[in-house]
Amino acid sequence: MYLCEINLYMLQKPIYLDNNATTPMDPRVLETIIPYFTQQFGNAASRNHPFGWEAEKAVENAREQVANLIGADPKEIIFTSGATEGDNLCIKGVFEMYAQKGNHIITCTTEHKAVLDTCRHIEKIGGAVTYLEVNKEGLINLEELKAAITPKTILIAIMYANNEIGVIQPIKEISTLAKERGVLFFTDGTQAVGKVPVNVINDGIDLMAFTAHKMYGPKGIGAIYVRRKNPRVKVTAQIDGGGHERGMRSGTLNVPGIVGFGKACELCQQDMQADTIRISAMRDTLEKGLLKLEESYVNGSTQHRLPHVCNISFKYVEGEGLMMGFNKDIALSSGSACTSASLEPSYVLKALGLGDDLAHSSLRFGLGRFTTNEQIEFTINAITETVTKLREMSPLWEMFKEGINIDDIEWAHH
Amino acid sequence: MAYSEKVIDHYSNPKNVGTLDKNKKNVGTGLVGAPECGDVMRLQIEVDDATGTITDAKFKTFGCGSAIASSSLATEWLKGKSIDQAVKIDNMAIVEELNLPPVKIHCSVLAEDAIKSAINDYRKKNSLPELELEEKIVH
Repeated sequence: MYLCEINLYMLQKPIYLDNNATTPMDPRVLETIIPYFTQQFGNAASRNHPFGWEAEKAVENAREQVANLIGADPKEIIFTSGATEGDNLCIKGVFEMYAQKGNHIITCTTEHKAVLDTCRHIEKIGGAVTYLEVNKEGLINLEELKAAITPKTILIAIMYANNEIGVIQPIKEISTLAKERGVLFFTDGTQAVGKVPVNVINDGIDLMAFTAHKMYGPKGIGAIYVRRKNPRVKVTAQIDGGGHERGMRSGTLNVPGIVGFGKACELCQQDMQADTIRISAMRDTLEKGLLKLEESYVNGSTQHRLPHVCNISFKYVEGEGLMMGFNKDIALSSGSACTSASLEPSYVLKALGLGDDLAHSSLRFGLGRFTTNEQIEFTINAITETVTKLREMSPLWEMFKEGINIDDIEWAHH
Repeated sequence: MAYSEKVIDHYSNPKNVGTLDKNKKNVGTGLVGAPECGDVMRLQIEVDDATGTITDAKFKTFGCGSAIASSSLATEWLKGKSIDQAVKIDNMAIVEELNLPPVKIHCSVLAEDAIKSAINDYRKKNSLPELELEEKIVH
């Protein structure tokens, strides 16, 4: 008993603060899934024996759990392999289905690559895409959106919340505008669903993509929401085959994944309020603690933001070098170029108008259901220590302290 | 991507971090890279005028672990070398010593540039002709 208590208060390391990348599966989800690999392994499309019936029942139960979380009807849920597929299916599917109405799509520059690259593809096959810019808070301008709508516009694709800065777009205002102008509204809900009360009715969403592994469910399973009433929305299938999922997404259903996704949604719905209170308090502690460092800045709106995310730039230190100071103990992401394959700093941070130097100096914190206060305390100390140490080593910090403006220096670009 | 032990060692215990008086005639300063690119290195050498030997070297670097390690290693190598020997330090030697992966080769190039730039600064101050630097192609 005593040992057990000690364990509860012990600092768990390594500390995982990269929950925007993926979340660990909740043990309650895992428990629910296991029988569906070995005992109830049936194909949900097998109509003529109990194995199939059981699988189908489990899928329909999960479909209801998923639908409940977002205020949808189960018939409006189409299972996919994840949010990337969902983004592709919604955008390309609408583009094909509504080709007679028009070919114009409006999106924004801070979308996930799954949306941006899909839009690039649409441009290659004859579509026109408007990429709205965001302000320094990371929010789109509704007047610009309004002005961008043309008679040819068939879809507005704006994410619910951003993966790097957690900023939540004005979803209701966007959907109202879309409805007024008779344009469909698709949102990439990957980071928001399960974390904040996304409701397709209240939010006026026509299509949405989301995924299980960002909400304590398994990887490799996601869903799209496709509205069936006011208006009835249709998408052209991008994967043809046996006509599964109302013909919108063929392929044998991933039953264990779907069951886990359903359970994960149920848990998110049940725990959301308590999770949010606890996690946002830790996030605020973390942010307050780190902002005590001189020349550190939060990136993006702090008012319209997911409760578990913060993105901070520590000026005059480079993100990858910074993470190296504690990456054995703390798992994080950075907007630094060195952490990406492209050697380009984060396009999201650049879209906010941040200079490349600040983008290189950023860390993204994504807290989660299993983050503890002790871990947050450790993180504040470790980062403060490393930033201080690296600034002592930074020529830019020295210049700043001497009152030299580094923007005035003519740097040799290589 | 995992870092090599040598990179981790230089990062954790960097050698010769600091600043030399850039106004002294026998101190050469090289400042290379750019904040927008995510790396800035400042490397300084102090030269014994009589012997032409580098008696001290210091660096400060804004950058990733490999950039910090490359500059730390460079200062270690510079101390005790003559200017003529120092000019010959090649970035590939740094790559080899630190086991830098291809994506980090630009860090070693930057260190080599910093060395040459510091030497040139010293030569300029002492009315010696500047070295002609070959351009290394980076990413």
